[in-house]
Amino acid sequence: MKLNIALRNLLIVLFGALVLSACSTTKKGDLSGDVYTGKETIEYLASGVPDRVFFATNKSSLTTAARDTLRKQATFLRKNKDLTVTVEGHADERGTREYNLALGERRANAAKDYLMTYGISGKRINVISYGKEKPVNPASNPLAWSQNRRSVTVKVN
Amino acid sequence: MKKIILIFLMIAINLNNANALIKVDITRGNLDPLPIAISPLHVDKNSQKSDLFDTNKLGEEISKIIEQNARSTGLFNPLNKDAFVQKPDIAHLKPRFEDWRLIKAQALVTGKLLIKDDKLKVEFRLWDLTAAKEMQALSFTTTPSNWRRVAHIISDKIYERLTGEGGYFDTRIIFVSETGPKEQRVKKLALMDQDGHNIKYLTLGNELVLTPRFNPTNQLVTYMSYFRNMPRVYLLDIETGIQEIVGNFPGMTFAPRFSPDGKKIIMSFAKDGNSDIYSMDLNTRVVEQITKHPSIDTSPSFSPDGKFIAFNSDRSGLQQIYVMRSDGTGVKRITHGKGLYGTPVWSPRGDLIAFTKVRKGRFYIGVMRSDGSGERLLTENFYQEAPSWSPNGRVLIFYRETKADKTGKGFSAKLWSIDITGYNERRVKTETDASDPSWSSLLSK
Repeated sequence: MKLNIALRNLLIVLFGALVLSACSTTKKGDLSGDVYTGKETIEYLASGVPDRVFFATNKSSLTTAARDTLRKQATFLRKNKDLTVTVEGHADERGTREYNLALGERRANAAKDYLMTYGISGKRINVISYGKEKPVNPASNPLAWSQNRRSVTVKVN
Repeated sequence: MKKIILIFLMIAINLNNANALIKVDITRGNLDPLPIAISPLHVDKNSQKSDLFDTNKLGEEISKIIEQNARSTGLFNPLNKDAFVQKPDIAHLKPRFEDWRLIKAQALVTGKLLIKDDKLKVEFRLWDLTAAKEMQALSFTTTPSNWRRVAHIISDKIYERLTGEGGYFDTRIIFVSETGPKEQRVKKLALMDQDGHNIKYLTLGNELVLTPRFNPTNQLVTYMSYFRNMPRVYLLDIETGIQEIVGNFPGMTFAPRFSPDGKKIIMSFAKDGNSDIYSMDLNTRVVEQITKHPSIDTSPSFSPDGKFIAFNSDRSGLQQIYVMRSDGTGVKRITHGKGLYGTPVWSPRGDLIAFTKVRKGRFYIGVMRSDGSGERLLTENFYQEAPSWSPNGRVLIFYRETKADKTGKGFSAKLWSIDITGYNERRVKTETDASDPSWSSLLSK
């Protein structure tokens, strides 16, 4: 009987540990659906101008947050008229290599098209796809994959 | 249905008549591999010494390669040489069949070699121990540096004689060698014999290279390179090392493959967020657009007669496999199962298409008939893709990646092979991590 109680206590402790570790890895709030909404990995073209936007699995449509980021990039590019950029399109590691190259290209162009609708000349925007070749987060978990499904605007000059 | 069964029976009977007694059935997983004794080759006493190898041990080395090849098929059980009862030279002349049967061998390989005037002369015989007769005898003369290839050619002859199918040992694999952390992989084109020997690196690793594939004569390779940060399809001559860009496309080209006659390269061209399939004639340089659809069309692969192209497209909303005539007409979706399908590759025999399937977060390599029927999944894993066929259409080579932990540790990319029976899954050993394998055709036909 004593042993049983001890076991039960141990189980409760273990269960608590599991819940805690689960909280620390998934970080509720960093994912909306499977689109990354956190701040990790992001760099800035200028103060308040994030360099990247994130996508849902197998998708290239821009989320509200992505459009918001790209509008900030467009404003920044309008202010810096001599600047050209490369938009790099990326995919996570959960697709076939060749399809992911195409998907990265589609994502980069989605970002480019949106910048153009805000008055940035297409001539100032190069596009390159890296498919799944250049993950920013090397882990194999949903959070890493969400951070890797991205397009990144990089200054060329 | 009845007709099909009849045809199969007739073939089996005919083969049985033609092949005396031993016959290895490769159409299902072989749980009872054929016991075979592979005697060391006898080295002629008058053989010259060589810088390349220890001449005295060459006969043993060649027999070891044959043994490894035989074992790797899963169809043969090479017996331990310690139990061998006859000296190589005597066995090669005339085996004492009853002695070899005593160690439960059903087939015996014997041979001898001589190195003279800088030529390697090898002779081998294959014996049916049950019927007590010679099944095959052949001799080759070549330069001594080709000694490993001699072992592979002998292995092919044995395989062909005992299974009735073409061999696949005298072949090479071109692949991408990978080193370094996952976020900064260094990738090089690499070429090796089918058994992992004679590895050569064809690029230095300064730029990202992907998806190399042989032309039908194995002299040219088409692949994708990020040279000067311009992702494009390239053509490389393995002998001369000369490489050139394929076509003059104003955007990324990728997923290249040769047509079965070697005259064209088929590939995807991505522009403005849309990937379509194009081909380029290597002589005339004429470029043809084959698909025209706002979806992603990629991973094209010709049927061996050149009349059809299989590819994957997400035009239905999700990645699925389609087949069309080689001019782009008659597009037909062939996969309707649950999950995503990609990387269709037509078997050199024309009967099957190998593919990658993704379902519920798991990756499968499978085969199906070219109309999409008869799907069989051969292997399931965390991540694997890009099957490539052995020249006899019996084995697939592909790459598999392992799961990384939070810091990226635990990640690896390795080559694997599996029979289309779903049996005999094996690691193909490489000195670095490896991906995107492509199997050559037989080097000697």
